Amino acid sequence: MQLTGGQMVCESLIREGVEVIFGIPGGAILPLYQTLPEYPKLRHILTRHEQGASHAADGYARATGRPGVAFATSGPGATNLVTGITTAFMDSVPMVIVTGQVGRSAIGSDAFQETDITGITLPITKHNYLVMTAEEIPAVINEAFHIASTGRPGPVLVDIPKDVFEEMGEFEYPEKMDLPGYKPTVHGHPNQIRKAAKLIEESERPVILAGHGVIISKAYDELMELAEKAQIPVVTTFLGIGSFPDDHFLSVGMPGMHGAAYASLAIDQADLLIALGMRFDDRITGDTSKFAVNSKKIHIDIDPSEIGKNIPVDVPIVGDLKLVLKVLNERVKPTTRVDWVQHVEDLKRDHPLMHERDTDELLPQHIIQQLSELTDGRAIIVTGVGQHQMWAAQHYTFKEQCSLISSGGAGTMGFEVPAAMGAQVGRPDKVVWSIAGDGGFQMTMSELATLAENKIPVKFAIMNNGFLGMVRQWQQIFYEKSYVATGYSRNPDFVKLADAFGIYGARVTEKSQVKSAILKAMEHDGPALIDFVVEQEENVYPMIPSATSVASMIEEPKPEEIRQ
Amino acid sequence: MTTTESPKHTITALVEDKPGVLNRVSSMFRRRGYNIASLAVGHSEIANLSRMTFVVEGDESTVEQVTKNLHKLVDVIKVSDVSIQNCVSRELALVRVRANVQTRSEIMQIVDIFRANIVDVAPDSLMIEVTGDEDKVDSLQNLLRSFGVLEVMRTGTIAMDRGLGDEQTDKDNSSSTHRMESGL
Ligand SMILES: Cc1ncc(C[n+]2csc(CCOP(=O)(O)OP(=O)(O)O)c2C)c(N)n1
Ligand SMILES: [Mg+2]
Repeated sequence: MQLTGGQMVCESLIREGVEVIFGIPGGAILPLYQTLPEYPKLRHILTRHEQGASHAADGYARATGRPGVAFATSGPGATNLVTGITTAFMDSVPMVIVTGQVGRSAIGSDAFQETDITGITLPITKHNYLVMTAEEIPAVINEAFHIASTGRPGPVLVDIPKDVFEEMGEFEYPEKMDLPGYKPTVHGHPNQIRKAAKLIEESERPVILAGHGVIISKAYDELMELAEKAQIPVVTTFLGIGSFPDDHFLSVGMPGMHGAAYASLAIDQADLLIALGMRFDDRITGDTSKFAVNSKKIHIDIDPSEIGKNIPVDVPIVGDLKLVLKVLNERVKPTTRVDWVQHVEDLKRDHPLMHERDTDELLPQHIIQQLSELTDGRAIIVTGVGQHQMWAAQHYTFKEQCSLISSGGAGTMGFEVPAAMGAQVGRPDKVVWSIAGDGGFQMTMSELATLAENKIPVKFAIMNNGFLGMVRQWQQIFYEKSYVATGYSRNPDFVKLADAFGIYGARVTEKSQVKSAILKAMEHDGPALIDFVVEQEENVYPMIPSATSVASMIEEPKPEEIRQ
Repeated sequence: MTTTESPKHTITALVEDKPGVLNRVSSMFRRRGYNIASLAVGHSEIANLSRMTFVVEGDESTVEQVTKNLHKLVDVIKVSDVSIQNCVSRELALVRVRANVQTRSEIMQIVDIFRANIVDVAPDSLMIEVTGDEDKVDSLQNLLRSFGVLEVMRTGTIAMDRGLGDEQTDKDNSSSTHRMESGL
């Protein structure tokens, strides 16, 4: 079949099962855009900023487990994607990005809107391509999807010069790939799995550390089986939230810098850590020389370079978690660990996440708890980055698989608007709540226009504290309350903004209004926003200052200490 | 030449001969902060595949990470840590040294001892070609210093193991993965 390069891109995307593309056109990618009407199966959502397109593709991918797709033109269109690509790369999210490039003969001449986007994205993509003939397109797109979605997933960028989109060529979709240098190890080594089973059997105080890998590999049932069969408490990393139900009796929540004290203490007191699809990030370990020093470690991950990178490991296993756990579970003996499980329960009781505070103040923690109750812990929660993000992790009871979507590794503010849009497009059956910071929201709120235009019914809960709250908290604790450049003296009127964008908006200033406002927003058929005007100087506790250990943890002060 | 340097490891990689591959590899080294003491690239015995030899400075765990991160690059097909094996390593250098009627014969004697060659003679200088492992090239360069070394050009080390090569860590071979794991 003779097709243009642009048609080949569309045909290839359809063969890869793509339904939605987020993007913005421009000169270099125009020949591709002009073929879109021939392919009604491909729904294109026009975002207001390419950063929005990249985060939307990311949110879509996290919510569905399928690669998200974004288009952008050359030069500034492509560079606007960079934050979104980094965000996806840091969190192992599969994405395929197609960018237009200047014509082949102009490459290297600093032509109008030329930028070396393959060079720029080299360290933030799993792989990237510059395609120099139309006939390569099918194979490249085929490989791009394969690389993006297998092994440790990640973003793949395909840069195509304008005249390659226009060039005619023979279209033949490849049946198999020729990637001699890309063969992820999926089956764990049997000897290593045997050793792991033995360590589990010998252990008295094991803890599972479940990471994002559980969700990526869809190893939910296998994790559950391991935890229940061997009676092992499960701590989830931030991105591991949603890998194990928060309301399960073996669930111990999130450890680390702003994690629950009991989760950090359980890790510290364990004699065996079973790390599943996680990478011992510094927000979890703090000072690595003091992290979990009392335990042996089993580390299962699909990426060999994560093993032994930050923490020495006793039993490393490279492989796909689902497959490895299946084999491991067969070898693990049913066990009861009444004392240890009870001890972890006691830790939870003695170190609650928050003391009961008898107050009329509008606290973000309270709002998130209400949101959790009113959605029965079954909404998809998307967050920005900062205090509200940590409170969402702490106070929402995540009962469903893969229900928290947030920028973990990169910590990208502004993620909360477009990523929620992508998640809702991918999961139209779910209620999607974006728990937003007033800071992050203002970075990408232009996508409200996209939401309104496409009737994408995301609900926003803006935690409006008038501050870049997390940074303000650091200034309070480490810089004697010197609030340099963190206060907003004049935030916009978010309710009027909602109105201007054509979406539902409401403001809440009293604790008593929280419940009805949330219910109203959910009843509203379409996107909605609630501006929660919350306490300005509330802090996230507990807090383990960076590069220290659980011994330096600052737990929440008692109510009487807060008042003064 | 000093003993306080961190240990050197020699790693070879079979890579796709595509534009940008060298950039991908060097970008990975730079980004992760690994030190390359030398790098040599050339065609391999297989069409469209090149072989790179890296001499890397760092302790065991750093070298382990270098190897794993090289593996992760899609265009890298095979990685071998040849320094843990019995290997032959060679470097080629061209040295231009100042020479006059008085010094020429002395230099020629040194060149003979090192089994090096004089490849160009000018009125006031000689160009010497030497092949050997890094130490040998270093020693010759040091000996010539007193005559006045005008210019040095070195290729960087290339290396090949002496055995059959079954110690190589092949990506699609699960026993090699185990080898990497047990090496931790
Ligand atoms: C794009 C970006 N810029 C800067 C930062 C640094 N930063 C981390 S948290 C934070 C404050 C976030 O403020 P807001 O969105 O209002 O959330 P809050 O902490 O107040 O809940 C900042 C500026 C970041 N993470 N991302
Ligand atoms: Mg704020």
